[in-house]
Amino acid sequence: MTAPRTVPSLAPAKAFKVPAVSEATLDNGLRVLVVRRQGVPLVELRLRVPFAAPAGKRGRAHVAQSSLLSDTMLLGTARRDAATLARDLQALGGTLSVGSDPDRLGFAASVMVDGLPGLLGLLSEVLTSASYPKHEVKGERGRLLQELAIHRSSPGVVAREALLARMYGDHPYGRDLPEDADVEATTPSRLRALHASRVVPEGSVLTIVGDITAARAMSLVKKALDPWRSEGARTSLPAAPEQEGRRTLLVDRPGAVQTTIRVGGGAPTRTAPGYAAAVLANLVFGGYFSSRWVSNIREDKGYTYSPHSGIDHGAAGSRLIAGADVATGVTAPALLETFYELGRIATVPVGQDELDQARRYALGTMALATASQAGLAGQLSQLAGAGLPLTWLKDHAAALQRVDPDDVLEAGARWLAPSLLTPVLVGDAEKVSDSVAALFPLETQ
Amino acid sequence: VPTKTAGFTLERARLANGLRVVVLPDRSSPVVAVAVYYDVGMRSEPEGRTGFAHLFEHLMFQGSANLGKTEHFTYVQGSGGILNGSTHVDYTNYFEVLPSRATELALFLEADRMRSVALTQENLENQVAVVQNEIRVNVQNRPYGGFPWLSMPPVLFDTFPNNHDGYGSFVDLEAATLQDAQSFFDRYYAPANAVLTVSGDVDPDQVMRWVEEQFGDIPGREVAPPPPFGEPALTEQRWGVVDDPLAPAPAVALAWRVPDPADLPSYLPHVVLAEVLTDGDAARLQQRLLLKDRIATSVGGYIGVMGDPLDARDPTPLMVEVHHAPDVPVATVLTALDEEVERLAQDGCDPGEVERTVARMTARYLRDIDPVLGRATHAAVFEQQRDRAELLNEVPALLAEVTAEQVLAAARTLRQDNRAVLELRPGGSA
Repeated sequence: MTAPRTVPSLAPAKAFKVPAVSEATLDNGLRVLVVRRQGVPLVELRLRVPFAAPAGKRGRAHVAQSSLLSDTMLLGTARRDAATLARDLQALGGTLSVGSDPDRLGFAASVMVDGLPGLLGLLSEVLTSASYPKHEVKGERGRLLQELAIHRSSPGVVAREALLARMYGDHPYGRDLPEDADVEATTPSRLRALHASRVVPEGSVLTIVGDITAARAMSLVKKALDPWRSEGARTSLPAAPEQEGRRTLLVDRPGAVQTTIRVGGGAPTRTAPGYAAAVLANLVFGGYFSSRWVSNIREDKGYTYSPHSGIDHGAAGSRLIAGADVATGVTAPALLETFYELGRIATVPVGQDELDQARRYALGTMALATASQAGLAGQLSQLAGAGLPLTWLKDHAAALQRVDPDDVLEAGARWLAPSLLTPVLVGDAEKVSDSVAALFPLETQ
Repeated sequence: VPTKTAGFTLERARLANGLRVVVLPDRSSPVVAVAVYYDVGMRSEPEGRTGFAHLFEHLMFQGSANLGKTEHFTYVQGSGGILNGSTHVDYTNYFEVLPSRATELALFLEADRMRSVALTQENLENQVAVVQNEIRVNVQNRPYGGFPWLSMPPVLFDTFPNNHDGYGSFVDLEAATLQDAQSFFDRYYAPANAVLTVSGDVDPDQVMRWVEEQFGDIPGREVAPPPPFGEPALTEQRWGVVDDPLAPAPAVALAWRVPDPADLPSYLPHVVLAEVLTDGDAARLQQRLLLKDRIATSVGGYIGVMGDPLDARDPTPLMVEVHHAPDVPVATVLTALDEEVERLAQDGCDPGEVERTVARMTARYLRDIDPVLGRATHAAVFEQQRDRAELLNEVPALLAEVTAEQVLAAARTLRQDNRAVLELRPGGSA
């Protein structure tokens, strides 16, 4: 054996630089953000179109309609059928996809830099003249129903659906997947009407990052997307309900070899005063590999492969979800340790070392997340969707620097306390319900 | 015609102990990726020890010459970095992406576990339990878990290296010993069996000095080149069935052997062929099965058991995977699929079809190597398997050379009598 070696120390930190963003608003109301980022000869595009569900019963149908709208939007325009559009995109070295969630429609595209004019032309054509052909919509409807059946067979999806329903009730955030009957009832004419009234530039944000100057990108966007017009009106979601602690729900999955554990609760928005402290409290609890929860139930006890706790943000509210898939036989012990760690972060101050470690992780990974064209485009687009500039990252970095152990304790008590959370389990009820019921009052579904 | 270039600069060195080093400097963002590729994967694990290469990857995070359990994670994450490792059929890799201020630290950490692993029975048992839970979450408790990457090899291949379950049986995992781990380390984790790449915000001269300091005194050990794993071509169609009690709908996968990837000019037309058949809505099988006949829910295809055509050695398959509705017989899917392959093999590609397919493949490749980690991993595997990290920049030009005639010839090798078919029968739908 050689003599022990010393661990090299870190070189001085480099200042976190936020790239310059060029911004313009077109006559039609579309906001455009551009960052030049050289490297590979590509351009990344993200387009967010606010697409909030209406409240009440119509909201339920909206989930199906927005899913089907995004699945069929690229299946025909006034000038091209699905095959021609797909081939023309491919020839540009381009990809274009459309997705939906309760807040928005999201378009993601990437293209060889020389293909950007062509891609913007195709995007404009889709936005202004997507035709929702009858035959294609019918086919996609059938395919979506098949895909939904496959999704719902996954325990992670079952757990997520049950958790969101319990946390949000009738609020649109309580539904992730559409109901089959609503998919079946969605017609091409309904999709065309929805497109006309809701796929509009007013309130939408287009983000472009890549090997192109801002001036050239802006000029191409103005030329291509000027014909896109707003006739509809924006809608917004009602605020998501405040989260409160709820009884543990067990969804029976006979024969399951693991129990899928999900625990949900509220979280502060990015601009709330205690946000940085909540980020660090979550990291120390279970937000990264070096956290207490991972060390406990994975590296010490081997109950699970992949425990993780994270905060995510919607337009109508933010949330925290912690999840782990544990072997069936250790379900109750894994829950015991999970709630021990949650209770600890909510009631016992963290050590300074533990806090500093989480802080360095939070600060360092901010630089990693913006170091590629796609990463930067995603960050910029998400922040813009929340009404925040890219310079928010600098403010957040400064806020992370200021957090002390008292702040983390306060954030832990406010957001991670067991009494404020909603646990959902998907597992074999016959095998796990007695031991789990010894820990908590339990409802079985 | 879109521009197709990648021009990353590259420096390389070989230490006296045999370690190969590639540095890819790029000062545009203050981040660095460090990757170490060991030339051992699932194909090399011993009989009776299925899953051992992957289990051993977990053990490489449990302690090393100067570090205790969990310290590797705390050092990387405590410097603002992310990390992981993964086990493939032909290699096992370990990597970090960090703020560039932590470059020397990352090199120390990788050198420390190349120097020696520090294993205890307790840590071994802990990681066997963790890996068993990984298999439960990814295979046993998941519909379509392991389909077709774990269930196709036993149908397509005959020899243990190629056809065993690389995730491992629970019996084999529980039988693993500390002695197995030490022997595996001694045999496969030698400096001369590894490639180290450093990509990002670094000065190459400085990196080479640090590499010499950290890795230079790890004793060299003899390593044997990986044995050939090739098998004779199939002479008749093979048919396998897997029952999946969790799946609500059926699926079918097909696999054909392709030429040895070592010979890129012969191999790349097959890579392009896989994309002509299955990449996106413009591809042949999507057009036919999804849009025209509407008999499939999804269609996918790729080369390599794990999906990356540029990181596998011989033998490796071209795979096509189709999910379909319970009321569509598998024969209907196969008939349509065979007709499409036959049409391509008879009539060849449409004008512009190869060009547009290659245009998107090139863009996707460039997108993969835009992040520092993508550059580090591609350069490492090219250096390891082909002695040519420069391929990082050369792939776009090589793809552009593939012709419609070569794709036609490749399509003619996709016959019914030389393929394996794997049917997934669902138990989730009564």
